[in-house]
Parts: sequence; C-alpha cells; structure tokens
Amino acid sequence: MSRLSRLRGRWTIPALIVVLALVAGGVYFTRSGDDPVAVSFKEANIDAPESPDSAQTVTIETRLYLPQQTPAPAIMLAHGFGGSLRSVHTQAEEFARRGFVVLTWSARGFGRSTGQIALNSVDREVRDAQKLLDFLGTRDEVQKDGGGDPRVGVTGASYGGALSLLLAGVDKRVDTLVPVITYNDLAQALLPNSALATPRSDATPAATAFSEDGVFKRSWAGIFFSAGMTSIDLSSPTGEAPEMGQTEANQPAVEQQPGGTGGAAGQQPPTPSLGACGRFTPEVCAAYTEVATTGRATQPTLELLRKSSPVAVADQIKQPTMLVQGEQDTLFGLDQSDATARQIAAAGGKVKMVWYAGGHDGGNPGTALRGQIADWMDFHLRGNGADPGTGFEYSVQGAFRSSGQPSLRTVVTPSYPGLTGGSTTERKTVKLTGREQVAVNPAGGNPAAISNLPGLGSALARSSAISSRLSLDLPGQAAVFNSEALESQVLLTGSSTVKLRVARGDQTSGEAILFAKLYDVSTDGTRVLPGSTVAPFRVALPPDGSAAEVAVTLPGAVRPVESGHKLALVVSTTDQAFANAEQPAAYRISLASDELSVPVVPGRNVTTGFPVGALWGIVIALLVLIGAGIVAMFRRRMAQDSDPDLAGVPLVISNLTKAYPGGVTAVKDLSFRVEHGMVLGLLGPNGAGKTTTLRMVMGLIHPSEGHIRVFGHKVTPGNPVLSRIGSFVEGSGFLPHLSGAANLRLYWAATGRPESEAHVEEALEIAGLGKAVHRRVRTYSQGMRQRLAIAQAMLGLPDLLILDEPANGLDPPQIHQMREVLRRYAAAGRTVVVSSHLLAEVEQTCSHVVVMHKGQLVAAGEVADIAAGGGETTFRVDSPSKAADVLRSLEGVHDVHEDEGAVHASMNGVPRAAALTALVAAGVAVDQVGPRRRLEDAFLELVGE
Amino acid sequence: MSENGVHTDPGALKDLTDAAAQHHTKVAPDGSAAGYSARRTLRIRVELQRQIRRRRTQLVLAFLVLLPFILAASFEIGQANPNRRSGGFVDLATASGINFVVLTLFVSSSFLLPMIVALFFGDTIASEASWSSLKYLLAAPIPRHRLLRQKAVSSGILSVFALALLPAVALGVGVAWYGAGEVVSPTGEAAPFADGVLGMALAVVYIAINLFWVAGLAMFLSVSTDAPLGAVGGTVLVSIVSQILDQIEPLEDLRNYLPTHYAMAWVDLLSTDIDWSEMTRGTFSALVYGGIFTLLAARQFKSKDITS
Repeated sequence: MSRLSRLRGRWTIPALIVVLALVAGGVYFTRSGDDPVAVSFKEANIDAPESPDSAQTVTIETRLYLPQQTPAPAIMLAHGFGGSLRSVHTQAEEFARRGFVVLTWSARGFGRSTGQIALNSVDREVRDAQKLLDFLGTRDEVQKDGGGDPRVGVTGASYGGALSLLLAGVDKRVDTLVPVITYNDLAQALLPNSALATPRSDATPAATAFSEDGVFKRSWAGIFFSAGMTSIDLSSPTGEAPEMGQTEANQPAVEQQPGGTGGAAGQQPPTPSLGACGRFTPEVCAAYTEVATTGRATQPTLELLRKSSPVAVADQIKQPTMLVQGEQDTLFGLDQSDATARQIAAAGGKVKMVWYAGGHDGGNPGTALRGQIADWMDFHLRGNGADPGTGFEYSVQGAFRSSGQPSLRTVVTPSYPGLTGGSTTERKTVKLTGREQVAVNPAGGNPAAISNLPGLGSALARSSAISSRLSLDLPGQAAVFNSEALESQVLLTGSSTVKLRVARGDQTSGEAILFAKLYDVSTDGTRVLPGSTVAPFRVALPPDGSAAEVAVTLPGAVRPVESGHKLALVVSTTDQAFANAEQPAAYRISLASDELSVPVVPGRNVTTGFPVGALWGIVIALLVLIGAGIVAMFRRRMAQDSDPDLAGVPLVISNLTKAYPGGVTAVKDLSFRVEHGMVLGLLGPNGAGKTTTLRMVMGLIHPSEGHIRVFGHKVTPGNPVLSRIGSFVEGSGFLPHLSGAANLRLYWAATGRPESEAHVEEALEIAGLGKAVHRRVRTYSQGMRQRLAIAQAMLGLPDLLILDEPANGLDPPQIHQMREVLRRYAAAGRTVVVSSHLLAEVEQTCSHVVVMHKGQLVAAGEVADIAAGGGETTFRVDSPSKAADVLRSLEGVHDVHEDEGAVHASMNGVPRAAALTALVAAGVAVDQVGPRRRLEDAFLELVGE
Repeated sequence: MSENGVHTDPGALKDLTDAAAQHHTKVAPDGSAAGYSARRTLRIRVELQRQIRRRRTQLVLAFLVLLPFILAASFEIGQANPNRRSGGFVDLATASGINFVVLTLFVSSSFLLPMIVALFFGDTIASEASWSSLKYLLAAPIPRHRLLRQKAVSSGILSVFALALLPAVALGVGVAWYGAGEVVSPTGEAAPFADGVLGMALAVVYIAINLFWVAGLAMFLSVSTDAPLGAVGGTVLVSIVSQILDQIEPLEDLRNYLPTHYAMAWVDLLSTDIDWSEMTRGTFSALVYGGIFTLLAARQFKSKDITS
C-alpha cells in the first residue's frame, strides 16, 4: 500500500504530462477531421446572344462547383464590379461545402468573358444570367422544380447583388435571393439628392428623398468606372467586416482580391481593350463622360442608369429576399436597400433586412454573416434549419475599442418597420439651435470639406484615430447647428430628417449645392461622423433673395449617441467626394424648424443560445468535487487504528523504515519503546536518522514501513493523539511579523484548544525573554528563537515532549537550565524525548538512551547501565597480555579480555584495589583503572571513523 | 551571562513543574487531549488574523484603494493633452461613475487581479513552509485537509474582499469625478445607474468564479514548493502564457480551452439583454481547471513529506 503510494507519487508528473499529451492529441485529432473537404469544379464557356436580336454572341466563362451529394439545389453567385468568377472562389467553395451546386461566372466584359459592360442591362447581362439558368436546368446535378426549372437561389455583392435582384424580377425560376451591398437605383447612388420641397413619409427608417437632379458622387463614380476600364477592382471592399464576438484584426481575404487565382493556374485576364471607353458599351461610356465632365446627368443618361437598376423590376420580385446592406458604405447606402425593401414588400415578397458593420468602406460580410446567407439558402431551397423569418437585424458599433477592434452587437427586431401597412418607424425629436449663418462656396469648389476617402475607406474606417480626423469642415464654408447635451442615450438607426431654409447670400447662381451631415459630438468636443456619410442636396434659390425651405434627409447610419453627447448638424458648401459648384457663392442657411427627427428601432440584442452543455458541465464538475471530498473523508475515518494495551505507553516504534525515492534510506528497521516518566536521549551523529524519526513521530513524514504508536494510537498525519505531544524539531518556526507573545497565543489559538489549558504565562517565563517577548520575532537571535520554540513545545503541558537538539545555539548556563527544566518536567509525570549528537548532553540529561547510527539502532537502555558496561572494569596497562594472565589467576574474576593498551574484566565482587595490588606485584605498570564506558566506546567507534 | 537579559528565573521553573504536577491532561476516546477537536483547529478568524497582520496583505489592500485614484488622476493629466486619442478607454471611462468602474476592472482583470489571487493562495502554505511554522501547525495537530481547507477559505475571503474593494473604491471615485450618469457598454448600449451597479456586482461575482482556476493552481504550487515566490510567480506566469496563447489567431477554437479565455466575459453583463453563454462557459472552464488543481493540491499535500 505504502509502496504503491510512493510509486504513485513518483509518477505524478510523468502521468500528468502523458494525460496532457493525450488531451492535446485528442483535440488535434478531432479538429483535423474538420479540415475543409476539397471541392471540385468544372469550367465551361457558354455562348449567349450579344443583344436580344443579334446574331453575334458573347462567351461567358463559368465554373460549376459540385457538392459531395447531388442532385442538390443550386446557387448562382455573381461577382462584384471589376471582379470575375475568380474573386468569388472562396465563397463558392463555402456554399459547395454546405451542399449546394454553385455556379459562378464572369459577367460580360469581365474576366475572360467577352463582350462589353452594359451595367446589368436587362437585355444583356440579365439575359446572360437567364441563359445560365437554362444551363442549370439541363444539369443532372441540380435539383429541379420542373422541366428546365432548377431549384436555385441567387446571391452576389454590389454589381452582383444588383444582378440577383434584376434576375429575380425578370425570371421566376429564381426561388430566393440574397443581394448584398447593392443599389436600388444607380442614378440615385451616383447622383443623389436628399432634399425635398415637402417632407416625405417616414415610415421606413432609412428612406431618403431620392429627388431628381442630384449631385454627382465624383470620387466613387470614377473608381467604379475605372474598374470597368482596367479590370482592376478598386470598388469592391477589401477584407472582412468585423463581427460580433470577434476580437482579432481582420485578415485580408486574399482570394477575394481581383485577379485571385482560385485554381486558375495564375493566368492573367486578357489585356483590356484599350481606348477611352475600355470595355464599356459606347452608350454607357458616353453617359459617364457626360456626367463626369458636366457634373449633371441628362434625361437619357438617367434613363439608361435607371433601366439597368433593380428599381426597374423590383416591384416584380415575389421571391423571399434577404437584403444585406453595409453601415460603412458611402457608395450604396442604407437608403438603397430601404428602397428595394419597400418595392419588394409592396409586391408581396417576403423581405428580411440585415445591416452589417461593413460595406464598400468597411469590408465584405464576415464568416458569421456568410453562414447566415447559407442558412437562408438552406431554408428557402431545401427547408432545412429554422425559419430565418422576415425580421430586421442591425449591427451596433460601440465606442469602446480594445486592441484596435470595435465592440459590436447585433440588434434584432421582428420586422423592418414601415414595410407592412400601419407600421412605422419610431422617431425621437432632438432640438437644434443656431441662428442663420452664411456659408461660402469657394471658386471651383476647392478647397473642399472631407468626409470620406472612397476606396481607402475600409482601411481607414478601422482606425478611430484617423477616421475621426478625416472629417474636416472648412471654416466659413459651413453652417453649424447644435443640440443640447442628450439626457439619455439615443440609438440612431437610419436617416434623420431636418427642415432647412436656404437663401442667396449675394447675387450669384440660382441654385445651391450643399452637403448635410450629422456629427456625434462627445463631451470633450471630439466629433464623429457616423458612417462617414454625407447627404448632398441641390436646391433652387428664389431670385428675390427669399429663402427656399427644404426637408433634408440625412444619411442613414447606426450610431449610439451617448448621454452627455451632442448632435451637430453641419451644412457645408463643399465636399471632396462630390462634384461641387464651380461658381463662387454665398448662402444664408438657417433652420426652418428646430426639430431634428431621429429614427430609432428598438430591438433585442442577439444572444447566443444558452449553453446547456456548459451548464451540465458545471453541475458535473461540482458533483465530482463534492464526491472527491466525501471519499477523502471516509478514507480518513478508515485510517484510525489504536491498540488499547499500549494506551499507557507514550511511544512505541516498531520496525520503522524510511526510504526516500532517491534510494537514500534515512531510517532502517528501527524499534524502541519509551515508557512513562522517562527522559529518553536519542543519541547519534549527524545524519543518523534522529530527526527523520522524530518527524515521523509527529506525523510529518510518512514511514515507508513499520509504524509508530503514541499512547497506543497509530500515528498518521494529523492524528488527534498528536495533541498530547509537544514538539520542537529542527529549528523554530514563527511568523516573523508577529511578536513572540503573539506567536505563542496565535499558535495556541490555531490548535483550537481552550485557552485555560495553554499555560502561556508559565511557558513564556521558561523562555525568559523579558521585554523582548513583545518584539517582532524577526529581530530575535538564534538562541532567543530556540528558547521561544521550546516554550511553544511546552504549551498545554503535553504528556510527551519531543525536543530535537534543544541545546544547539544555547550558551552553557542556558543549557544547564534547560536540563533542569527537562528533568523536573519528567518528574512531574511527563515523558521527554531528547535527541542529541553530544554524549555528555545525553548522559547528563537523560535517564534512558537509544543510540542510532546510519538509521539503525545500535544500543538502547538505561544511561547508567550502558555507561557502566554491566560492572566491567577497564585497566589501562603497558602490557595487556601479561595483565590478562594476572587477572585470570585471581579468584572470582572472569570474562577477561584484552584490548589495545587495556584489559577489561568482570570483577564479580573482587575489589579493584586487590586486583590493582596483584597487577603491580606482577610488575605490570597500571596507568588507569575505572569502570568500562561502553556507551562512549560505542559512540566513539561510530563517530570516530 | 545571558544575552539581552534572557534567562529563566528559577521561580518560573517551579511554577511550570507545579502546574505540570497539578494539571493532568484528560484523554478523549480518540486519543487526543481533552479540549482538542480537529474541528476547532485553525479557525478562519485565527487564520485571518495571522494573514491580515502581514505587511504584504496590508500593502495589497492599500494599493487596491489607491489604484482608482491613480487612474482618475492620470485621466485628469491626460485631458490636458490635446493630442490624445478618443474612442478608446478614456471616452468609456469618463462617461459615468460605473464606466470608471468598468475601466478599472478592465485594466486590472488581465494581470492585477489574477496576481492578487495568486498571491493570497500561492503564498499561504509556501510561506508557512519557508518560516518552518508549517510543521508545528501540522503537529498541533491540524489535519492536513483541514489546514488546506481553512487556508483556502481564508485566502478566498481575502481575495473576494480585494476583488470587491477595488470596484467599490472605483465606484466612489467614479461617482465623485464623473457623476452617477448612464452606464455605456462597450457595444454602445446605455443603462441606468442602478442597473450598472447591479451589473458590476455580478461582474465581481463572475470574476471571482473565473479566477478559481488561478486559486487552484496557486494552491497546488503552494503545497508543491517551499518558496512562496515560486508558487505566486509560477501561477502568474501560467496566466500570462495563457493570455499570450489567446492572442495567437491560428490556434482558433483551441483557445477556448485556455483558462484565461473567458476572463473578460463579464463585459456581457453591461448589456440590457445579457448573453449568459460566455459566462456560463467561463464558469465551467474555471470550475474544471480550478477543481483539477484543487484536487491535485489536496492529493499532493496529503501525501507530502514535510521537511521544511
């Protein structure tokens, strides 16, 4: 049993390492099973008519990703502007792993597809996509709703998102769709106007004016069109948007990058046909040139843009639609998806709206959102999983950032307000103040205020330090209207509205181009422009100098405005991102109404389901801990062992052995017995095993073999019988920060025994430390600690007092006193065990002695007995052999034996004087005569070597 | 003759022997001296006295009282600097008194609080061993399991007190400096002051539970070594290594197994719709780690040879 426990002790650390290695291995093994399965795809080129009645064809390159099991529903995954089928490779693989057949293709004019970009024209790109639907209808791998009607969902981001809307509006074979960060009306996206003469209905949270004759969004338009010229995609967001619960920095999604070589052997796309129009159709090219040079769009241009926008067909969409729009998007804002949602809802389609913390300025959908899109497809194409419903989700970005990442939460509401009859968005009114101000438009519209940097926005939006400094209003070019500090938090969700008055400030042009933005101003004056978005508007000014009154819809955004913060409405004359007015002008701007109407959409935070597993884990862990405690308690109870016959014997040691793991045996087969009233000396040189033996008596060290009984009770660690032992072993042990007296009192308090039994005063007097007893122990000398420790051992007047080398560190008078204390203590009916390596010490103090050497018993008995050697006499002589003969001749003397320079003999009553006379008479020179000192012999023999 | 006037008066010797002659210890059936009961040994009150009188304990508690003042003062100094960044700690901290508490807990919960718990639990037995007083406590006798338990309970009381003291002082300082306004969560939610106080109280409870693993590990090291610094330092080291590994993204889900992974889950309490999942997992993780280490400590201490 003890051998076993020793073995266990030795193997604890290796066993721990093995267990850890097994756990790590197990985790690695189970995880390595999660490695993504490879997805194969087939490439095919499909020809489609160049235009509806044309004989010419364009070649569309496609890839068909196949899942493990077919037939399966299909997903058509369209790419963004400037991309190709390679830029959606990763997402396609993800869908395929979820068990969908995935069709990706390069739209005409992109990638290796031929043809010219017609901006998602219903007659061209949409026809191409219908051709792809036909293709899916012929594939055996694709599940069918009917002959030639595949079970298919369409998704895509930006340009691809618009295509999904157009395709769903045109072709009813599409079963569901998820357009991501896309536009409703390209004319409004590139030429927005946020002002209306009369306020519009505010049923939905992010509805904006969509007025005619907008302000040209110069920077974005340029980037957008240059993507079509050069096939280098600056318009698609880079990286992924942050998501809830995610803390690490985003890794750029390499395979989402343009020219990404998703298995396509690294070939470059064909060199774009150079020329002013790039790969655009002449119509599109002409329209862009017109707008870019004049800053205004003519009616045919607007027609062209509108015809290739989802707005043209969205009122035909009845398929379940999940609209995903970004909160960090200055290209296609929240108002675009709002408009689409209204159209689809009016047509009777089911709409779910998701605003995520990304967009063209903030990143692609992250893993969780892509998973959500796949869940939507799973439910609507296969009926798998829970119904994603038709709710509204938006992501709220907190002000707090740790390690560069904003904290996010997602809020859900059962529906997007304002879609169904009667429901409307809750709006809070915030009072603005500010007198009429004059804002000047500089000649050429330069220098201009800065709100955002398109194309770079996604990198910048993640750095609060930069993005907050990015927004810059130039003095003299802006009118500012502030609110009071908010009394409680307002969670702005959508587009606020305000009514403004604008009048001529001098004799200049008949219209004003202005930019309205709403800042969140913190208590220390730091301004944050939510989403970095501005609302441009163009307003005609009455020539008589009177004011024009307009209702301006501010840009849609999600922003928690904390209590104590202010809202600041800034109306500036310029913005870097737009085509500003060229003519110098001055405008008088004032509030038509002091009310700013702020939309709020109360909802619940998304919380992950309650982790039942972890809860069970807690219960099981608690039960295991309680169980372990109970088992340990029973095992302790079982360990009690007492022998009533030995109840009166203070100490019995039987066959005691202590072997340490290193192979050292400190005590070997030691047996002795200490009777009542003895002062027993444990004598032995240093390292004889005395201290180890005493520690075993105190239950501090576990014996390897044998056992110890104190008053009949077998000693185990913490056995109650130990309360009858007072001990001092190998040095004092005090709390250095407490005084000697406090140490003794607290020690006694720790034993839990009644204070009346302690006899602290008597013990302290024995220690005799005087006033030093009230000093901290750390100031004591070695001798003082020693005396205090002996006093501590005597607390409670124990029946058995064990002192290990008590004389160490004491001076001779103190040693003398201590001997007296021990003798008198034993005389008062107690038992004392003293260990020492000094013979004289034991002889003078003890009544009995046990001599140990190298862990073994050498001699045991009364000190007088052992010292006197049983009546033998030693003669130190010059000739031991001669003396031995003389002694043997004497009557009565026997047991004569020689030693070096001495003869020992048992006198048996013969007087030593007679023997001495005989020796002298025989001519033997006698040096010394005396009792034989066996103890000394034995001891010297031991220590002498 | 005797140093510093240290000597035993002969009268004292007589007093002792007289007392010994008159007083005869009665013996209880279990072999113990009458009046001894294992259940009364090392009562919590006694152990707390032993610990609280230590300079170490007093300094730690004093520092925890001081820390919120240091933070508040540093914000005051920081506000004089026009180039400071916003949107980070400062904005959050100065929103209201509760937010100041949140910040205090946030900056201290990764290193300071685990260290304090490690100190109280890691030092408790190792320091007795280093003073050699452990053997006398065990020979008194205080049964080993009881010594460990009482020490653990006392360290637990001190730790919880320290954990509660810091936010309590921070709340006082925060309310005095920044007022009793709405509390703003890191995710941008606002809640009334009273809810914030309740949230902070729950946060302290969660942090205390979550640091159980630190307590268990420190306890295990404390019974495994005679060097208090080794036990405390070893525990802090493990905590730091765990936090470093938690930053390494390629480990992905493996990081969920790190004991410090859920250390910040209390932040969820600031929300109006509290997400309990992270905190439940954190509690489970802490219980498992803490439980394993505690059992190891008990086993190690039970079978250990006391040689200090």
